[in-house]
Amino acid sequence: MAEPLLSTRNLAKSFGGLTATDDLSLDVLPREVHAVIGPNGAGKTTLISQLSGELQPDAGSIFFDGQDITALPAWRRPHLGLTRSFQITSIFRDMSALQNVALAVQAHAGHSFRFWRPAAQDPELLEPAREALRQVGLQHRADVAAAALAHGEQRQLEIAMALATRPKLLLLDEPMAGMGPEESAKMVELLQKLKGTLAFLLVEHDMDAVFAVADRITVLVYGRAIATGRPEEIRGNENVRQAYLGEESLAV
Amino acid sequence: MRVDLRLLLILLVVACLALLPVAALLAEEPYWMRFWSRIMILGLAAAGLNLILGFGGLVSFGHAMYVAIGAYTVGALRHHGVEGGLPDILVALGASAGVGLLIGAICLRTSGIFFIMITLAFAQMTYFFFVSLEQYGGDDGMRIASGTQLGPLHLDDTLTLYYSAFLLLCGVIFLTWRLVNARFGMVIRGARSNEQRMAALGIPVFRYRLTAYVISAMICALAGVLLANLTLYISPAYTHWTRSGELLIMVILGGLGTLFGPVIGAIVLLQLEDLLAHITQHWQLFLGPILILVVLFARGGLLGLLAPRQISQRPAEEIDG
Repeated sequence: MAEPLLSTRNLAKSFGGLTATDDLSLDVLPREVHAVIGPNGAGKTTLISQLSGELQPDAGSIFFDGQDITALPAWRRPHLGLTRSFQITSIFRDMSALQNVALAVQAHAGHSFRFWRPAAQDPELLEPAREALRQVGLQHRADVAAAALAHGEQRQLEIAMALATRPKLLLLDEPMAGMGPEESAKMVELLQKLKGTLAFLLVEHDMDAVFAVADRITVLVYGRAIATGRPEEIRGNENVRQAYLGEESLAV
Repeated sequence: MRVDLRLLLILLVVACLALLPVAALLAEEPYWMRFWSRIMILGLAAAGLNLILGFGGLVSFGHAMYVAIGAYTVGALRHHGVEGGLPDILVALGASAGVGLLIGAICLRTSGIFFIMITLAFAQMTYFFFVSLEQYGGDDGMRIASGTQLGPLHLDDTLTLYYSAFLLLCGVIFLTWRLVNARFGMVIRGARSNEQRMAALGIPVFRYRLTAYVISAMICALAGVLLANLTLYISPAYTHWTRSGELLIMVILGGLGTLFGPVIGAIVLLQLEDLLAHITQHWQLFLGPILILVVLFARGGLLGLLAPRQISQRPAEEIDG
């Protein structure tokens, strides 16, 4: 087995009496699509927030690319190649789609203490930004205000911004949230296209999507990993059936 | 083709400001120049505030403090027998940058209502600090013997001061235009729009905000130097919270995050004050409702009223109004 790109060791986080992450040890390999599934309240978003640095774990460690990043500030992590996307679309609503992505490019093009040249005409920012929009299929909407994009397009923009930071591992928090079947299908297609170029930690409720793209799946229940394995192993796992799949019977 | 009303108004205002002294000299009304110098000086301070309020989304309720620092620099230097102009400007810029760096570094750790309160608290502290400076007149303030002299330029001369304020104002607006459209400005505006996402993209917002805060403090201090030359007087009242409030009103009235909004706001506010004060002693009673109406019906300020429609479809491409 290759050296994992991301590992958590005995990660724990609780809010008052509520345990959101419980002794969680998890590995994501380079270029792997690793899905994390589990019922509502299983602590999936809390996990992503700890990996991205917005929440500090109570105990345990996070390693990325051989480095202990447990205490690293959130804004430093994308510079190592660890970027997140948001379940609730988090974009710059008053900027155009292209500007949104250009700002993501700018974050990784040296410091921003540049006071004179207009950023809107800077090919160093715009070329990679256009490329990221093309990757998600949004190039024809580049000049539209982000607030005026359709929901599905905003979700695509969300991904384009994350991709523009050139991550080694992308933390995707429910990329299909609120999407219709057609938009979901497009997103699965996009993930399959990107698969193999970088690693994903994918949190998603859409089981069809998860089983279609994931290399491995970890099942979280009450913050604890009850199983990790390839999709067919998870489907056949008795614990998983009892704890999770049984109640929401999987049609796959 | 649509005529952009904002552009028309701005060109008109700039042309009128450039030619006003001619009219004042012809009409033998030098008071006009003093009155409009005051408007431009406060407009300059408002333009400084606009950098962090309008573009950065940070409501500073203490920016009159930096105007006062600029004015007190002139007063203090003259009091201690330092003549000449360059020290006035350099010390004012240095002092406001130093104080801004310190206070900004503390205030910017907070946000929202806490930021408003803590900037107000620092301004009040400065107020009482100036009150306690007996050698500079304490509570009463102090006359300044002579203004700032830059070579042949005597800033306390009415005409010289007028055009200095005019050129400085134009310069600051030009500087702001470059700044907010450059990479630096994109970070500041992005942080106003969505701070969480900035961090998630890998941008450390704090240091850029602090820089913007210091630049805005220095612009206000320059306005303070000009103000001292206009009044030849310094007083703790310069940093009173009502002065900070006035600057806020100018920016909001004219249009948050627009280049010329602060100037338009300064013109309208001071003209309204002047007009209403001529009609009634209780002018503030009438000014209040007018401001409320503007806030209610012109969300983008007066410049926003004149902006082309379909705002929601239009991205904030380049700041140009």
